[in-house]
Amino acid sequence: MKYVDELRRPELIRKAAGEIRRLADPQRHYRLMEVCGGHTHAIYRFGLKDVLPPNIELIHGPGCPVCVLPMGRVDDALSIAEQPDVIFAAFGDMMRIPGTHGSPLEHKARGMDVRIVYSPADAIKLARLHPDKHVMFFAIGFETTAPSTALTLVRAKAEKLHNFSVFCNHVTIIPAIRAILDSPDMRLDGFIGPGHVSTVIGCRPYEWIAKNERKPIVVSGFEPLDMLQSIVMLLMQLQRNEARVENQYARVVPWEGNRAALQAMAEVFELRPYFEWRGLGFISQSALRIKPAYAEWDAEQRFHIPGIRVTDPKAAQCGEVLKGVLKPAECKLFGRECTPENPVGALMVSSEGSCAAYYNYEHRKHSQLTTLSLPA
Amino acid sequence: MSNNTKLDLHPPAIKFHEPQIEMAHGAGGKASRRLVEGLFAPLLFGSSREPLNDAAHVSIDGTRMGITTDSFVVKPLVFPGGSIGELAVNGTVNDLAVSGARPEFMVVTFVLEAGLPTATLKDQIEAMANAAQKAGIKIVGGDTKVVEHGQADSMYITTTGVGSLLPGIELDPRSVRSGDAILLSGPIGDHGITILLARGELDFESDLRSDTRSIFPLVEAIARVASSTVPSGARPGIGSDLRPDLRPAILWMRDPTRGGVATSLNELARDCGLGIVLHEDTIPVHDGVRGACELLGLDPLHIANEGQFLAVVVPELADAALHALQNTPGGEHARIIGEVREEPAGAVLVTTSYGGTRIIDMLVGDPLPRIC
Repeated sequence: MKYVDELRRPELIRKAAGEIRRLADPQRHYRLMEVCGGHTHAIYRFGLKDVLPPNIELIHGPGCPVCVLPMGRVDDALSIAEQPDVIFAAFGDMMRIPGTHGSPLEHKARGMDVRIVYSPADAIKLARLHPDKHVMFFAIGFETTAPSTALTLVRAKAEKLHNFSVFCNHVTIIPAIRAILDSPDMRLDGFIGPGHVSTVIGCRPYEWIAKNERKPIVVSGFEPLDMLQSIVMLLMQLQRNEARVENQYARVVPWEGNRAALQAMAEVFELRPYFEWRGLGFISQSALRIKPAYAEWDAEQRFHIPGIRVTDPKAAQCGEVLKGVLKPAECKLFGRECTPENPVGALMVSSEGSCAAYYNYEHRKHSQLTTLSLPA
Repeated sequence: MSNNTKLDLHPPAIKFHEPQIEMAHGAGGKASRRLVEGLFAPLLFGSSREPLNDAAHVSIDGTRMGITTDSFVVKPLVFPGGSIGELAVNGTVNDLAVSGARPEFMVVTFVLEAGLPTATLKDQIEAMANAAQKAGIKIVGGDTKVVEHGQADSMYITTTGVGSLLPGIELDPRSVRSGDAILLSGPIGDHGITILLARGELDFESDLRSDTRSIFPLVEAIARVASSTVPSGARPGIGSDLRPDLRPAILWMRDPTRGGVATSLNELARDCGLGIVLHEDTIPVHDGVRGACELLGLDPLHIANEGQFLAVVVPELADAALHALQNTPGGEHARIIGEVREEPAGAVLVTTSYGGTRIIDMLVGDPLPRIC
């Protein structure tokens, strides 16, 4: 399969791993953060830790949109869906995210009209199919998914589709990275930069990380060879004491980003003054809301939303894990109260969440932990 | 009440305390297992701790036989490579086959929704008749119920089958040992991905077809080789009581339907308490399935099959069993995909050719629309 097989070829992977071992100074411990949840998933899915030397530590970043959404926003979305004749449409990975009174899937089992869609355009199709109902699309994601939501809103307005709205939870990646770097308990040597987000925003927005924070960042693809090559590029910069933005994923990511996508976002969205992130707290100018010109399709304008802040269960240490301060298995609830089937925190829900990735692919390799995973 | 309490000295250990039934409880993964083991088994089978199999083995007047039942609620009714009628026959045939039984007789129940076109029903009855003839099973009876429009989705079919046990087959995951070989009959994921695409919710096309078929000829092929070659260290398949000190040559079989290969092998790992190690590169997967899985973030090991099976055999039989499968029509793509090891105990580990490893768990929840 093109773009897959050649990036998983064993001899190339072994070669890259050898290069990493050659470049890594055995006296030094490297802490590299992969910002994007897709990378976290790939690291575990491909077992990349098995081919890396032990002094290269990968720290999982905040780039999983399902994980960073606070529970109050899930409750808000479900409160809209509880109103009569509303169809709740969302991506599949939102279906098991816990709200105060259960996940969308549990609401569906209790009779709520919950539909899985594969794109916001599918949600529009639902609205056309059900003119007697209101279709509310629960939009989440970084700049990766924001343009498709924007284009959907443009189309809804053009079609005068009045039974459709978007509950917008789009967030932006740069403020989250800034919050991580501002965190006093965080020491990092470099970043594996997000691949999908960068297809939209390009590489320029990361330049301050290199210039001001003196950290190298390499925008990376998601195949095993992509990620190993990105680590090679980071180690080369660190060896030469450099801090630059590099683009390993140039086959997909243009340096300047995708102008059309950015224009669509600018047409529909504006920055919120602040937005709450799970684990990171309120971050200013870190999320998007729908512009007044599209208010008719903005679920927050059309419906009454409780907007109640819900604090995470005290014992759950999602915040520390999200910031990379704790490893998933170091959380008190990991594998006991909190499992992918019965998630307490969102990092256990999404396949891009570091807890779910660690739980699914890693922790039972060590048999002393086997008992944790047996059903109660 | 008080009388009941007194009598209730050994209440069945109900371990299922979830407040309501969710779709996941029918998806064939962890939640299904919790429901069956936590609610059905304690109430219906008492304290029996036998591992749960695809078919039960019973004995009437000294004649041993396999019996099993399965319901089919697939949507759409017709899809590339098959239909609900074929699935209903082959599903039950395959459950009998992997329990070591030759499919013999079947009864059928239809639940029909008022308003169902007769032509649709007729097509499915014909599909069942053809599939039964191909699989060598006789449909000997049935029942029909009709429910009001809106109370069922077109039609549901339940089939119950009985079969005669092949000689010398004694499957028990508890006899599996480190070093045993894991065989797979052919490419995985075709059925699950075909259904997913046939539902038309995703805008991509492929030439995939469901793999629905009877796997009995393949099971019979390895059973025959197990009884004709006498691997040293294992009992010959026929006349197994000759060497009670030795293990049978075929130890475990399963058709990996809902929840896929990963779920079946996790059940095995749990039942035998050992580790299952798979070599990812040896697992046959069609490009269409791989591509769809890459795009949708699914793992082919979690996708349903309707015409494949897994077998664990003693290491001495591995090559002969593989050869037997590959020389039987429909078994050309069979592979040895891994082996049993001491570690990681109770889990399934996937290894890649470049040295990366990952645990693969049972399917959690239901990532796909209803598929069988």
